[in-house]
Amino acid sequence: MYDEARFLPAGDRALVVEFGNEISPEVNARIRAMTAALEAEPIAGVVEVVPTYRSLLVHFDPLQVAPEVLEERLAELCRNLGELKLPEPTVTVVPVCYGGEFGPDLPFVCQHTGLAAEEVIRIHTGTDYLIYMLGFTPGFPYLGGMDERIATPRLKTPRTKIPAGSVGIAGKQTGIYPIDSPGGWQLIGRTPLKLYDPFREPPVLLTAGNYVRFKAVTKEEYDAIATEVAAGTYRVEVVPKREGREG
Amino acid sequence: MAAVFEVIAPGLLTTVQDRGRHGYQAFGMPVAGAVDEYALRVANLLVGNEENAAALEITLLGPVLKVLAPAVIAITGADLGAMLNGEPLPLWQAVAVKAGDEISFSGVRSGCRSYLAVAGGIDVPVVMGSRSTYLRGKIGGLDGRALKAGDKLAAGEPPAAARTRVGRRVPPEFIPTYGNNITLRVVLGPQDDHFTPAGRETFLTGEYVVTNEADRMGYRLDGPKIEHAGGADIISDGIPLGAVQVPGHGLPIVMLADRQTTGGYPKIATVISADLYLIGQAKPGDKVRFSAVSREEAVKLLREQEENLRRLAELLSRPAGRIRQFRITVQGKKFEATVEEL
Repeated sequence: MYDEARFLPAGDRALVVEFGNEISPEVNARIRAMTAALEAEPIAGVVEVVPTYRSLLVHFDPLQVAPEVLEERLAELCRNLGELKLPEPTVTVVPVCYGGEFGPDLPFVCQHTGLAAEEVIRIHTGTDYLIYMLGFTPGFPYLGGMDERIATPRLKTPRTKIPAGSVGIAGKQTGIYPIDSPGGWQLIGRTPLKLYDPFREPPVLLTAGNYVRFKAVTKEEYDAIATEVAAGTYRVEVVPKREGREG
Repeated sequence: MAAVFEVIAPGLLTTVQDRGRHGYQAFGMPVAGAVDEYALRVANLLVGNEENAAALEITLLGPVLKVLAPAVIAITGADLGAMLNGEPLPLWQAVAVKAGDEISFSGVRSGCRSYLAVAGGIDVPVVMGSRSTYLRGKIGGLDGRALKAGDKLAAGEPPAAARTRVGRRVPPEFIPTYGNNITLRVVLGPQDDHFTPAGRETFLTGEYVVTNEADRMGYRLDGPKIEHAGGADIISDGIPLGAVQVPGHGLPIVMLADRQTTGGYPKIATVISADLYLIGQAKPGDKVRFSAVSREEAVKLLREQEENLRRLAELLSRPAGRIRQFRITVQGKKFEATVEEL
């Protein structure tokens, strides 16, 4: 992590505020604090803010706030981040039906890791994963903190269509596909939750800086939740982070 | 709202676009919106709309549209050979059309994207604050897709001013020219330090060509390879509009309206806002050069462009002198002349 944030020009309408050159919970905490600070005290002319692994991309209107003025204001915010009281991060519980038709690659993950399916599931559900950022496709969470015992390389030949809700492993990462997309992740299960629904407000279930916890459910439970999700009656379980699990 | 156009043939890629879906990039949602915002905004000003009203973005080969109800339209941007009932339809001008008319396009003359605005705006549902079509995400516009034959398009309530706008045209000094040999001014960064001095020199002196892989998401260019310092991967970060990212192969990609919100390639520079229309109107085969300017200069140029638009809006909203239109035939060639009393 840098001692002081770096400001990098990204044209005449955007500015990168970079806190480090690594993927770490410490750097992410700074980004989360900065995002919260900008929400608490909006700077006139700032249009939107995109948090990523190690930086914030601040989109602004230079005719409302000159870039140099914006940099000064942001630098001031950075210096006072320590005093900011952050809201407690939350953990969104994501029910997953592991294996079977939803997790066609679970046997390969077992074979690669030498672990039984139950053990892979126990490890995968045993961590709270930090949502570093959202990107790639609408609502796709970049999660950190997966146990390396279940790390498995990507498929040699990516699938052309992975159904929305699929939960997979790629190397040391785990993730959830919010929309049908091509991809090379090893699929171990599927969630009935909609991570992304353009007609819902907010359209995306997860936010950067919070956590995801996977919970194993049976096929029957999966179907029941899917029915409720479709009817708009399912209440997503969100708990405070403090009842500390690893991650 | 009643339908105003029926799509007889959709053209190569015709989509509904406004100024984009802002405020959702933190969720990974691309902005989309008109690739050439200037042309979109002028088309809307001509018909008396708000600048953000939704219009049709027409790419290279235009559609055939049947007019179903009287309307005031304006076509700006690329010259794709717009025709009304088989006669040339003047660009950068508000034109009245009536039921039964047919709008078609004979082929590209200059530029890449035309904008067809209709008084009242194209009326499609607002999704996340915008009517823009985001094709990969299958949202916005008409069911999240490009137009197809048989589609019917409705317009919103036309503004009161629309009728008085008929015949008004954009003065020539406000009409850009779209060359086949463009220079894009850029502000270096955010990751220009991921390239060697020689790499930066190559980028700023080399001549690039727009490849066939050029769409609303980005334009891949071919030309001299830009040398990275160290690796070609960075930890993924945000991608601003106009970012010039350079993957491991050393060739630049200019990121446009449908770009993904984040990415892991270093961005050597960002095209200035005032020049974005130039790349948006470039076609495969066109030549592109880059030249560096300071951020202050970029903001100054943007301010000038915005002031120009304000001036144009003011001009177009003034009560018109009496306008008369004449159709003249000289030696078998048809001409249209407009005379305005000042």
